[in-house]
Formats: sequence, structure tokens, C-alpha cells
Amino acid sequence: MPHDHHHDHDNHLDPMEARTRALETILTRKGLVDPAAVDAIIETYAEKVGPRNGAQVVARAWDDPAFADWLARDATAAIASMGFSGRQGEHMQAVFNTESLHNLVVCTLCSCYPWPVLGLPPVWYKSPAYRARAVLEPRAVLREFGLHLPEEVAVRVWDSTAEMRYLVIPQRPAGTEGWSRDALADLVSREAMIGTALARVPS
Amino acid sequence: MNLSDVPQPDSPFAEPWQARVFALTVAMNEAGHFAWTDWAAVFGRHLQGTRDGAGDYWRAWAAALEEMLTQAGIADDAGVAALAERWQAAAHATPHGQPINLENADR
Repeated sequence: MPHDHHHDHDNHLDPMEARTRALETILTRKGLVDPAAVDAIIETYAEKVGPRNGAQVVARAWDDPAFADWLARDATAAIASMGFSGRQGEHMQAVFNTESLHNLVVCTLCSCYPWPVLGLPPVWYKSPAYRARAVLEPRAVLREFGLHLPEEVAVRVWDSTAEMRYLVIPQRPAGTEGWSRDALADLVSREAMIGTALARVPS
Repeated sequence: MNLSDVPQPDSPFAEPWQARVFALTVAMNEAGHFAWTDWAAVFGRHLQGTRDGAGDYWRAWAAALEEMLTQAGIADDAGVAALAERWQAAAHATPHGQPINLENADR
């Protein structure tokens, strides 16, 4: 008998799973991390924090000129006042789209991203293709997302760093006068706050 | 390649280990064992040459964390590999459907 504990449905760990468990075991044994804290971090970013937060910031900026001014001057404080603060949101800048300027955010180094307002980045944001091409040929990238900007609209690309994270404030769609903030927030996608889309136009 | 055609899973993590290696890194940073700027520099280097923002991205993340821990004298490759083998042995010794405990590696 080759193995004392053979089972018909033998468990086999993916090599990365085994390697990660080994790292966690080492860090836990040394008292460097608390497994409960690790669980809490996963729960936060897998389930709790996401682009709904950013959409509420955008909707308020559309609806409240004083807040929009504050957001333009000190985005970190304005966003924190809505309860969205913490990791990777310590230094925020809001960049406002206008009739003549469209903003696009990338992280060419890795995947720096404003977690408190957008959660963790989508796969395409982390892809080598996006990270390289967003700076070199932003209009071509935007066209691939279905966004065809008029030539007279300038595109400004913001390269995120570990020190500075950007939130795009899209333009408020026409025909939304008097809408509630919740209804406005529903028009704001994650892509609109990265700059690969515009706010949805109400049908 | 059309960037917007990349599948968009609801969860940022496709596999449990990706979530754990992410959270271990955040926990180490929060406990003050390394600065996020230092992390970003090492991680950025590991991302060079990756092909996608999914599995490749997380393998680069894990390799960067191991490098940070090695630099700090907290872990080393041989130690991690040996412990990973014990986790594999524990998995083989654990009946399907039950939680895998490292103690099972010795059974």
C-alpha cells in the first residue's frame, strides 16, 4: 500500500494555495499578523467596499456646489467627511471632467487605486495592456471601451502612485435636474470614475 | 485585444489564496512592518513581464510579498517551500470536506 491515508477524493492544494498558507503560518507563528485581522481585511474588500461609495461622492458633488468646491480643494478631507477613508485613500485628488477636458486614471507602475471609494481595481485596470497603453494612446484605449470623444475634447491621463490616488468626477448628465442623490449615484459606474466611461444618460 | 472584453468577475479575487495573500500584505503594512511605497516599488518590479491582470497579477503579488519578507529576515525561500510541502501533506491526509489543519501533515 503506497500511502497509509489514501482517500478516493484526495485533497490537493494548488501550489499557490499551499505557498500562501505557508506564508500565513510563518507570519502567524511569529506573531506578526492576526488571522482574524486577515479575515476582516478580506471581508472588507471582497464584500463591503466598492464603487457605490465613489458614486455617492460624485452624486453629492453634482448636487452640492459647496461640497464640489471642497472636493476640488481637498478631496481627502471631503471624501473622509462622508465616512470613506482609510487604506489607499490617504491622499486623494478629484479630477473633474468638463466640456473640453476628459480625465483618465491609470497606475503604470502597479495598480495603485483609491480603495475607500472604488474598492479593489478590476482585472483590466491591472492588465499590462491597460497600464502601458493608457498613457501612450489614451484615445485608442477609450475607443475600445466604447467611448468616442470629440477631437476638441482634450484627454488628460493621471498616473497614480502609492502617494496619490485619483477619482474622476464625470459630468452630470442633462435631464437629471431635481433627481435624488441616490438616483444620481445609480448613473455613476466604476468605469466613469476611472475615466473609461461617462456617466450614464437617463433613458 | 479589446480591453473592455476582459471578463469582469464580481469579486476582486478569483481564488481564495489571492484574497489571503492580499490581506496578509495589507496586515503587514498596517502593523508597520513595511511602508506601502516600498511595497509598490517591489511589486511594480515583479509585475514587469506579466501577461494579465488576473492570475499572473496575483502570482506577482505573492512573489513580491515573499521578497519583502525575505528582505526583512522574516522568511526565506527554503523555509516557505518546506512549510508549503507540509501543507500539501496535510491536505492529502485530510478527508475530503473537512478543514485542513497543518497538524494532519504528521498523521
